[in-house]
Amino acid sequence: MPKIESSFLDISRLDALASQRTLIHGLDPRAKIVTTLIFIFIVVSFPKHEVTALVPFTLYPVVLIALANLPPGYLFQKVLLAAPFAFFVGIFNPLLDSEVLIHLGPVGISGGWVSFASIMLRFGLTVGAALVLVATTGMNGIGAGLEKLGAPNSFAVQLTFLYRYLFVLTDEAARMVRARSLRSFGIKGTEVKVFGYMIGHLLLRTMDRAQRIHQAMLCRGFTGELRLPVPLKFSWRDMGFLAGWSSLFILMRLVNIPQWMGLLVTEVLG
Amino acid sequence: MSHHIVEVKDLHYTYPDGTAALGGVGFRITHGESVALIGANGAGKSTLLLHLNGCLIPEAGTVRMGDFPLTKKTLPHVRQTVGMVFQDPDDQLFMPTVYDDVAFGPLNLGLPPDEIEDRVMEALATVGAAHLRNRPPYRLSGGEKRAVAIASVLSMGPSILIMDEPSSNLDPKARRQLIHLLKSFEHTMIIATHDLDMVLDVCGRTMILKGGHIAADGPTEEILQNEPLLHACSLEKPLRLQGCPVCNPVRA
Repeated sequence: MPKIESSFLDISRLDALASQRTLIHGLDPRAKIVTTLIFIFIVVSFPKHEVTALVPFTLYPVVLIALANLPPGYLFQKVLLAAPFAFFVGIFNPLLDSEVLIHLGPVGISGGWVSFASIMLRFGLTVGAALVLVATTGMNGIGAGLEKLGAPNSFAVQLTFLYRYLFVLTDEAARMVRARSLRSFGIKGTEVKVFGYMIGHLLLRTMDRAQRIHQAMLCRGFTGELRLPVPLKFSWRDMGFLAGWSSLFILMRLVNIPQWMGLLVTEVLG
Repeated sequence: MSHHIVEVKDLHYTYPDGTAALGGVGFRITHGESVALIGANGAGKSTLLLHLNGCLIPEAGTVRMGDFPLTKKTLPHVRQTVGMVFQDPDDQLFMPTVYDDVAFGPLNLGLPPDEIEDRVMEALATVGAAHLRNRPPYRLSGGEKRAVAIASVLSMGPSILIMDEPSSNLDPKARRQLIHLLKSFEHTMIIATHDLDMVLDVCGRTMILKGGHIAADGPTEEILQNEPLLHACSLEKPLRLQGCPVCNPVRA
């Protein structure tokens, strides 16, 4: 199953990106998590026909991508991967809402198309911001940050372990799939029955492994709380990052900057 | 130096499904001894090892590790005394980076941050893996994983090391490095393995387990030369002690 394997190799690329050392990577995970949450919350809070006021929000991912030395093409590709979901959420809007909202010369654009564009834009912004968060912080940083922010310890531990063993589990699954295909002589697809056995087997193996891991943890003094080697420090830089971006987001929420600039230009010309 | 002693008396264990794994095992290992635990598959090696650090509680008999008899109450002390290296490093390296993993034990001991840093770097340097500190464990090679797994127990400063098949799945060079590493340790060591050539290099004393009993216990050189005994326990002489296959072909 080369497809599964290669898509997981891709995750490790995200990991490699997260282990860089830049100004943004050095920020406290909590600052980045909260900023991203505020960003997503504000982007989602706009009324459904809003498009222009959303445009300035692209500033946040773009600035972070530039400062954190991330490959924009790669991230864009990842956003596209999730795009079909948003596409199908929004694609019926033009059919349901056909009242013309904007006139561009002879062409009238219906409210449905405007809200569709708005949905796609919001989708791009929020998913992009989340990806930037992962690529600058790493899943483990996010887990640690969430815990310090007050998320239950077990939740953070789950997230960290899920990420760590994703690779082991896919390896195991890939080996099973390969072993099956080597003995099924070109029969395409997997019969439901065999598939059931394989899933069941994988579950049993996973439970065995979980038990061994737990033993290994107990052997090294695990008491139920995952401790971090370096206590996170929330410095004035993190505070600045959080406060600066948040106030900018709020400003962009309250003032439609493109419209305002447009008015300014027409006034000056007039 | 009583805290390096391992003493097991009349240990019995039956798995919940009714499989009798250990039927009266007893031995005493003293300070600084390096002991090989060998035997066929299913002879009870792994079960015995799981008793030595309290992953399993004896059904009958006693286990004494260092200064403490092994009971539920002494478990934290015992686990600090005993460093257990599991067979599959993927089970042991569960933290996001090598550094975090090696720091896991010391953090649970509640040590101050400076001390943790020192211990982690010292343990990594001992196994020659200091350059791997920021790597995620799942992207290491088999030999590197094994080295880090050993570092992750060394960082707790154990006086007794227990290893389950440490040389399995290693290429010859990585295996040789592991042997050098093990020989450099001054800990009391118990190594369960099928790699009898490694036993010749590392362990002065050998115990053979057979069907949940100790079938033999003595100096490695004597035991590994005793062909009838080895044969009876589903074992073979180490390759190095067998004749040259070219000049002296042995019938299969």
